[in-house]
Amino acid sequence: MFTERLTNLIAIALVGLVLTGCAGKKSQPTDAGADTVSAAPTTTPIESAPPADFGADGQPIDPRTGGPLNRTFYFDYDKSDLRPADLAVLEIHAQLLSRNTGKTVVIEGHCDERGTREYNLALGERRANAVKSFLTSAGVAASQIESVSYGEERAEDPGHDESAWSRNRRAIVTYR
Amino acid sequence: MNTPRVCFTALLFGWFTLLSCALEARTLDTIVIDQGGRNPIKIGVVPMRMDATLASMVDPAEIVGNDLTFSGQFAPIARDNMLSMPARPEEVIFRDWRILGAEYVVVGQTAREPTGSLAVTFFLFDVPGQRQIMTQKVTGRADQWRDIAHKVSDLVYEKITGVRGAFSTRIAYVLAQNEGTTRARYSIEMSDADGERSRTIYSSSEPLMSVSWSPDARRIAYVSFETRRPSIVIQDVTTLARERIAAFTGINSAPMFSPDGRQLAMVLSRDGNPEIYLMNLSDRTLRRLTRNPAIDTEPSWSPDGKRIIFTSDRGGKPQVYSLELATNFEERVTFQGDYNARARMLDDGNLVFVHRNAGIFHIAWQDMRRDRVVVLTRTNLDESPSVAPNGAMLMYATQARGKGILGVVSIDGSVKYELPSSSGDVREPAWSPFMEPLAGR
Repeated sequence: MFTERLTNLIAIALVGLVLTGCAGKKSQPTDAGADTVSAAPTTTPIESAPPADFGADGQPIDPRTGGPLNRTFYFDYDKSDLRPADLAVLEIHAQLLSRNTGKTVVIEGHCDERGTREYNLALGERRANAVKSFLTSAGVAASQIESVSYGEERAEDPGHDESAWSRNRRAIVTYR
Repeated sequence: MNTPRVCFTALLFGWFTLLSCALEARTLDTIVIDQGGRNPIKIGVVPMRMDATLASMVDPAEIVGNDLTFSGQFAPIARDNMLSMPARPEEVIFRDWRILGAEYVVVGQTAREPTGSLAVTFFLFDVPGQRQIMTQKVTGRADQWRDIAHKVSDLVYEKITGVRGAFSTRIAYVLAQNEGTTRARYSIEMSDADGERSRTIYSSSEPLMSVSWSPDARRIAYVSFETRRPSIVIQDVTTLARERIAAFTGINSAPMFSPDGRQLAMVLSRDGNPEIYLMNLSDRTLRRLTRNPAIDTEPSWSPDGKRIIFTSDRGGKPQVYSLELATNFEERVTFQGDYNARARMLDDGNLVFVHRNAGIFHIAWQDMRRDRVVVLTRTNLDESPSVAPNGAMLMYATQARGKGILGVVSIDGSVKYELPSSSGDVREPAWSPFMEPLAGR
């Protein structure tokens, strides 16, 4: 089981590296934050105003749409594996954090109500750590990331059915 | 087994109960779901003769009758069926109780002592034997009226069953109000074991969880998110003084006092993964017990303090394990079902825990020797079993009508009642150790 988890971690890390590589080749939006002057040597300053990384609420903007970047990632029952469909967005988070080293995030891990509260507190931490591992393996400094588990104590949907449960099994990335 | 029937004790016992509910805010209600059946003992608990100055007080006989009913081992005779209402030994006519099939009858009276304290004097009779088997006077202050009545229950229960009564105990639990909104409020509440006289011990806008009692019943430990991360707090239930004793990086949770009160078992993930630790409460030193990449959590103590029972998913799914403190020898102790967690060990070495069967979560009992698992509850999403100090009943949390409520079931599964709250969702009950509220006056 442990080796399986290790393999998953390596796979995630590899995907992360590949995505980083791809993104690097594209014309990457430059660092907008004046207080976080090009920590990454690859970024080259551009004269015209670059697209902002963050909205007025301090939360990130999706460079693909210009709208808010998704910050909530859902999990399967009793699982803490990231869903493949979420990796592209998580990679954007990794890039944002890598070039805004002054920014920190809190990753909250949550569970649905099934199972015991203390076990779910641990499971929520696993979920938050799954996101954290992805970001750090994609190059984000661990010091920029704080993870906290709320277990099943902060349900998003108070219902007692599968649709509520699936909404409650989540990790939320909040920028500070 | 029995046809489930629902009756509101408030209706049964009339306006006294309603009055006390109105006076004491945030009291838990009581709804009997399934009332024994394994030949409960018929007993007459006769309305007590009230001192004129105490006419506005609840008749202690009502409280005693309720207590005995909730134990599941007694079936008190309805007042309307009583043929006589004696209050003194010489007024007891055994024939009146034999006709009703009563095995025992309790009669008594209340008085205001010259010192100002209140007293209940009661007499217990063995009906078939036609003899008086107990005479006691219990005294206390006016604010201890219910304590006096519960003490009577304890004495009657022990005299008849030979087992110490646990009616004078308290429960601590978590109340959640407006959950899921910006006005969410969480509190640790403490009430009598019958749900009456609830009061708030601590309140926060952030979640609270995992309440446990010190063995002297003077302090509780719990997990608070007041700093927006889980930390462990110990609070004195009398002075309400609080102290945060574990706030390391990561999870600080699942506190459980050792039977001698000197150590606190807990879960910390400060080294990257949830592991079981013991904290020496005198010098705050930590001893790490588990070393495993899996989730290790929910520690509890064997009654002799020599072993820690805990939950681990090291085998792939959550199961209950036992760790011998002298040797660090670990072994798995649950094998039936794919989810067994948050175990509590009874004085006889048997276990109760949360058990998932076909996707449904129940409270189950397991015989350690014979490996027999008996499911005790019939609702869904049952969790947090907490055993009464005499081992006769256990309280747990469940869902009913879309709300979190507390449930009580006898350890043989025969009696069930519910303690919902009109104030919000209630959960995570912790049954106190034995206590003597009337002592030290």
